[in-house]
Amino acid sequence: MLRYLTQRLLESVAVLFLVSAGTYVLLGLMPGDPIDLMISGNPELTIEDAQRLRAVYGLDQPILDRYFGWLGQALRGEFGYSRHFSQPAVSVLGDAVWVTLSVAAPALLLAFAIAIPLGLLAALRGGWLNRGINLAALISLSLPTFWLAIVLIYLFAVELRWLPAGGMGEGLAGRLEHLILPVSVLSLSIAGVFLRFTRAAAAEILGQDYVRTAKAKGVASVGLMLRHVLPNAALPLITLTGLQLGALFSGTVIVEILFRQLGMGRVLYDAVLGNDFNLALVALLLTTAATLLGNLLADLSHAWLDPRIGLR
Amino acid sequence: MPGSTLALASAEHRKRWRRLLGQPLAVLALVFLGLLALAALLASWAGGDSGQVDLFNALAPSSPQHWLGTDELGRDLLFRLLLGGQVSLAVGLASALGAAVIGTVIGLAAGERGGWIDSLLMRGTDAMIALPLLPILIVLSAIDLTKLGFSAAVAQSENAALIRLVVLVALVGWTTTARLVRAAARETLAQDYVRAARAMGAGPLRILWRHVLPNIVAPLMVATALSVGQVILLESVLSFLGLGLDPGTASWGRMLAGAQDLLWEAPGLALYPGLAIAATVIACNLAGDGLAAAFDPRRSNRRS
Repeated sequence: MLRYLTQRLLESVAVLFLVSAGTYVLLGLMPGDPIDLMISGNPELTIEDAQRLRAVYGLDQPILDRYFGWLGQALRGEFGYSRHFSQPAVSVLGDAVWVTLSVAAPALLLAFAIAIPLGLLAALRGGWLNRGINLAALISLSLPTFWLAIVLIYLFAVELRWLPAGGMGEGLAGRLEHLILPVSVLSLSIAGVFLRFTRAAAAEILGQDYVRTAKAKGVASVGLMLRHVLPNAALPLITLTGLQLGALFSGTVIVEILFRQLGMGRVLYDAVLGNDFNLALVALLLTTAATLLGNLLADLSHAWLDPRIGLR
Repeated sequence: MPGSTLALASAEHRKRWRRLLGQPLAVLALVFLGLLALAALLASWAGGDSGQVDLFNALAPSSPQHWLGTDELGRDLLFRLLLGGQVSLAVGLASALGAAVIGTVIGLAAGERGGWIDSLLMRGTDAMIALPLLPILIVLSAIDLTKLGFSAAVAQSENAALIRLVVLVALVGWTTTARLVRAAARETLAQDYVRAARAMGAGPLRILWRHVLPNIVAPLMVATALSVGQVILLESVLSFLGLGLDPGTASWGRMLAGAQDLLWEAPGLALYPGLAIAATVIACNLAGDGLAAAFDPRRSNRRS
């Protein structure tokens, strides 16, 4: 168990390291370097000033030296400044993390609440119900999230005027009201994957001998599902959840942009459009780290729940 | 005898086609995709002046001249949709093929080499699957091509935007294919006839080319067909966010970006491109599932 834990932890750190190096090098390929942007903001700077500034900021050094310098600071918790907000990047992102969580976490729970009962039902019943549920899952997989958001904005905000079209809302009630549409869109767009997976896992378990024995002994469908199928389907479902966190974050980005939620995705997008590349780098790293951590937690809880894995 | 092997192979082909034709949904999806591609291709020369800007006739409702009405510049919406279909389908196909090539090379290398190369490549694939793709693509799409050594004229041309989009999507879309190819390659490499070929002195490249590749064509086709849909979705998101194509290029995602601001006046502008994306992606997924059942029944049974 300890060996497995160490190995997975080291892997995650290695990936994070690679992503940070990759993005740092990419930053060098972004349009306009920070000094060019400074010059355009202040026409009195001469070319000699610019060269001096480059030396001051270390921009005349080779990119690898700069990366390791940045890494050393990052390990001490200093991630540099956001050009646009004139604040440390970390403090800009501090608030955004909570906004993102307030959208993503309820959406994930809602997706489970939709997908697991329907998946079990489809596996148990078969026939037209199975086909109908399958089609619904296919549509959920195929609809563009941003289009679903536009359609729901049109329906509920423009036509019916029941819900706000976007924004953060004031107070708790206002915040909840502004979360209904983004959370619904996000959960509908990820429910399809979980639905298909639950159905496939449940169908496989229903074919096992011990389930047939239980059925022959007269265990009712509901008892069968709760006692035999669900606990066994839960394990692969946890792994899948870990793997889907990246997709969840991607969906959150779209929803945050469309519903004007000031979360990580929105900050990242605005930062890229506004040439605020240090902020974009830190936002991307934070998102990646969160995804890897979630993935790791999913694997660990899987290993913890399934004694066979600890032995490996 | 080569003759009998050939007869066997064509019998297997006929069986595959029969299995494919036995699935009405998959056939319907393939027909839909075919017609869409045909209409999109024909639109360029049959459209005449439908693409002309006509500001006096902007946002017109549907009429015999303009079946779906006109957009904010008075251009025929149906014509724009078909032009967008050209771009979306072409980008989708090209990226899916690119991803298939990358995935095949990585999968074959991992399956054939084994050992630490295999574990490194597969850990990398796992990591790639877990990463949040859209944030990464947003950052990647901001790269300044002139800093990669391209001239300014090349970097700002419309084709550069198209190619960049295809490359970006292909670079992140290869993971499923790599895993499938690796599994199939390992399965084939363990067969007796491959071991025999190796004992007779065949090198690794010859074995991959002569024995492994023919055996992975079916799962590869299925994986590629299934990925076209996902790739079209990714393209539409990036174009919608204004990170993919040039604003002048009509792709479905690009059309939706403009439509969002006109939601109050002209909801149809937002409705039809979205429906086109959804229908195409659903059709690709149905066709992919159908191909899976027809070409690779063993594997697809195992999966569902």
